[in-house]
Amino acid sequence: MNDTTLPHIVKGGIGASPKRVEDRRFLSGRGHYTDDINRPGQTYAVFKRSDVAHGVIRSIDTSAARAMPGVVAIFTGDDIAKAGIGGVPCGWQIHSKDGSPMVEPPHPVLAQGKVRYVGDAVAMVIAETVDQAKDAAEALVIDIDPLPAVSNMIAATAEGAALVHDDAKGNVCFDWHIGDKDAVDAAFAKAHKVATIDLVNNRLVPNPIEPRAAIGDFDQSTGEHTLYTTSQNPHVIRLLMGAFVLQIPEHKLRVVAPDVGGGFGAKIFHYIEEAAVTWAAAQVNRPVKWTCERSESFITDAHGRDHITHAELALAEDGAFLGLRVKTMANLGAYLSTFAPSVPTYLSATLLAGVYTTPAIYSEVKAIFTNTVPVDAYRGAGRPETTFLLERLVDVAAKTMGMDRVAIRRRNFIPADAYPYQTPVALQYDSGNHEATLARCMELADWSGFEARRAESAKRGKLRGIGMSTYLEACGIAPSAVAGALGARAGLYEVANVKVHPTGSVTLYTGTHSHGQGHETTFAQLVADQLGVPFEQVEIVHGDTSKIPFGMGTYGSRSLAVGGSAIVKAVDKIIAKSKKIAAHLMEASVDDIEFKDGKFTVAGTDKSKAFGEIALTAYVPHNYPHEELEPGLDETAFYDPKNFTFPGGCHICEVEVDPDTGVVNLLNFTAVDDIGRVINPMIVHGQVHGGVAQGIGQALLEHAVYDETGQLLSGSLMDYTMPRADNLVNIHVGTESTMCTHNPLGAKGVGEVGAIGSPPAVINAVVDALRDYGVTHIDMPATPQKIWSIINAATPRMAAE
Amino acid sequence: MYDFNYQKPAAIDDAVKALGSDPEAKALAGGMTFIPVLKQRLAKPSTVVDLAGLGLSGIRREGNALVIKAMTTHREVANSKDVADAIPALAHLASHIGDRQVRYRGTMGGSLANNDPSACYPSAVLALGATIRTTRREIAADDYFQGMFTTALEPDELIVEVSFPIPEKAAYEKFPNPASRYAMVGVFVAKTAGGVRLAVTGAGNNGVFRHTAMEQALSASFSPDAIRDVKTPEGDMNSDIHASAAYRAHLVGVMARRAVAACG
Repeated sequence: MNDTTLPHIVKGGIGASPKRVEDRRFLSGRGHYTDDINRPGQTYAVFKRSDVAHGVIRSIDTSAARAMPGVVAIFTGDDIAKAGIGGVPCGWQIHSKDGSPMVEPPHPVLAQGKVRYVGDAVAMVIAETVDQAKDAAEALVIDIDPLPAVSNMIAATAEGAALVHDDAKGNVCFDWHIGDKDAVDAAFAKAHKVATIDLVNNRLVPNPIEPRAAIGDFDQSTGEHTLYTTSQNPHVIRLLMGAFVLQIPEHKLRVVAPDVGGGFGAKIFHYIEEAAVTWAAAQVNRPVKWTCERSESFITDAHGRDHITHAELALAEDGAFLGLRVKTMANLGAYLSTFAPSVPTYLSATLLAGVYTTPAIYSEVKAIFTNTVPVDAYRGAGRPETTFLLERLVDVAAKTMGMDRVAIRRRNFIPADAYPYQTPVALQYDSGNHEATLARCMELADWSGFEARRAESAKRGKLRGIGMSTYLEACGIAPSAVAGALGARAGLYEVANVKVHPTGSVTLYTGTHSHGQGHETTFAQLVADQLGVPFEQVEIVHGDTSKIPFGMGTYGSRSLAVGGSAIVKAVDKIIAKSKKIAAHLMEASVDDIEFKDGKFTVAGTDKSKAFGEIALTAYVPHNYPHEELEPGLDETAFYDPKNFTFPGGCHICEVEVDPDTGVVNLLNFTAVDDIGRVINPMIVHGQVHGGVAQGIGQALLEHAVYDETGQLLSGSLMDYTMPRADNLVNIHVGTESTMCTHNPLGAKGVGEVGAIGSPPAVINAVVDALRDYGVTHIDMPATPQKIWSIINAATPRMAAE
Repeated sequence: MYDFNYQKPAAIDDAVKALGSDPEAKALAGGMTFIPVLKQRLAKPSTVVDLAGLGLSGIRREGNALVIKAMTTHREVANSKDVADAIPALAHLASHIGDRQVRYRGTMGGSLANNDPSACYPSAVLALGATIRTTRREIAADDYFQGMFTTALEPDELIVEVSFPIPEKAAYEKFPNPASRYAMVGVFVAKTAGGVRLAVTGAGNNGVFRHTAMEQALSASFSPDAIRDVKTPEGDMNSDIHASAAYRAHLVGVMARRAVAACG
């Protein structure tokens, strides 16, 4: 880890790798997850879900079910409508090319009139036990007239296709664009050559290890509702559910997201089950608990990716990129999930410059409704799609031009001295050094020694390939004014409340949420470093709207860049106030007080006060500047970022293909990322490892497959291939960081780089391995069957040659 | 899961009686398939008859045969010195079934009674020409497997043990389904004094089968090259999102050659 540590490393502070504080409870089975919570008098909810992808609900007869043992209540869409409950809202509005707003159909808490995907909730059964609720759900007599379903975008956009929502003509939600079409047309007119690619970004099922769960609780005496939920952002859920769905004011609604076992995006969104249990708890006057089963999560957790793209790159004679033209269709599923519209648009197309100086870019995105599970942000959210497209296209361009893959990248890199760099698609990158990450990664991966290794593999009858991706992504979501202008319906700042206790220990309340990221360690290191207090004396609290002033939660690799910056701001306020107290105690001017390593000193003297003494004085203010200062040492800061942050780097993958079976074996994976300031190198490595594992999963293994009727064929772990330890190799991680220039930490974010940078590196390596077979592209996942089919189709021709 | 009665008899006769007296009763061996089926409410037995108390566990040599009792776990087979000495290919097969948890619970008898078309054991039993000894009779492997999830067993008939003639050489090669890790194609080949037997699991659309064309070629010349040009009819193959019939047919050839090569 070079150039990423502040000059003063305090024990357990920035740059150190203490073991993760939270792991003591996680690894000893003492984590406290939503399903571990049981409220007195609790009942259990089961959702009866549609098993057809599209249909008209003719009738729901609940009479037999209501008579079943243990049944407390049964609610259907009619009950929800009668109660005046709104649909779950969408948090981002996109406008089409013609200025019209996106089609925004209601997403009722329980289906009303129609079901639109397999998994759509039709009824909610509440009983004394889960089994009784299941028994009663089976006794519901539901008459659904099946309608023709559109289970993919090709079917949905065909002439005369069935409509998922009557007001979305052609199943189009919006038809959006960005960039300068005329400039791009002009670039293509003068192109020496054009590289083109058609690709599919495969649909994924997130599968966090902890399935979703929600408990609604209602206190009749106070009128307060509490929702315990598996969320990455409890304040956002409180806002969306309270204001838009159930009309519960914030002061009467508490949302708690306790330990959460992984999210990867799937737990950002406000789901109907959260609103259903919160509402139902007040109806039955008892707590209502719902815990999702794995097979249920496959058909209810928002899926990820699912784009179809055609792209063209205009090239000059020397390999310079002149213009980029992209046309994408993005599957939104049956309803608009919370942030779905932002993913294929502002989180995706705005990054089409990548790390290159392409002067003209034009991108069109058509968002399509289908009779499938809603699709929304999944680790990387839009940036993996764009990175896969760009980094595949650059390899194709190298082939088209007869140029080396590294040389064409270097020819087009944004030079390090060109920063800040304004792209033609809205973003202004603040910092980066792509040559540095490239050179280091090539060295670590021994790129130059590859051809010798390939020859050695060939001797064993194996096909060896190497591939790279040089990528850049946007994190630090987001400057609220910019996000608002682009359609966000919320601010995207972050909040920290630093509470110094009388004896100098500290509790930090953060509006971000940790569900595997290790905030309890990283943030404690940050506070320890800034205040000079021991790491062990800092406690991190998150995930409860009744304790934390506010917050937007954790997604988009924002927690350190935005949440950490709020912490720095709050700590700065603590230090500023402490200096005034210190000045009073030491009878000096506040301008002469210096703070370093946990001590306040009067410049040029040997007078000093420890931080703990200042804290005690603030709470026992016997000798205190009461005229000027309030007692106490407790500060809150809101931080709204000035710009996005732009992590990036270089990933290199080396594979060996077995031509007999089509199996792709990973041999080596190297990631050198520029993520700005590193607080805890061990956690950074872990984040990159996890992200790369998910990227390898997308590249080689994972695929959510629907049949034509809208049934999810890969609907369990028996058919959906999650990456496992034996699918992976040791991942070599390095950092080669430039600092973010606009936040106080210089941090850029690390949560998603692994999942963003890795898929094209893997596929570029697989395509390279098959270079003798005339292959220019392989869609993900590169399964053995797919690779064998390519080899098998080419073999007779090769044998003839 | 739905409610059911639970019995754990201590004698084989009692288990047979419990299963024979109630057509809705089901036997529970290791439960590695049955318990998930129950949890998903895909089965609604009246009574679950747990076979764990019958003392049906153990491995022994009997002349030129290796006899494995029905409730012997995959782990016991994988780690047995008797198995390693007599039929190392069988130990190898057992050591690659499922994961560690499955191998500690799952049993040979449970696997054979279920006859999942992707299970590993049926290929070994068929290729080795084993004999299934039940509470009623002895059944030759060739008569035992009768298509996917179908066997010669009567509802109240339990497997007691399986007798495997010890081959000259044998090997098992599995191409696992990438998601489930069951055999997408598994080939067990055995060379005996009486000739070569080769059985394929995972691939066929009617469960485990003997590949007679390969057996003939290998009986003439026991080498990978001998079967290089032997075709596997695609029409007999299973097809799903992981592997087409054509790919499975191809993999049968690859796995068979590798199995023969592994025999040394």
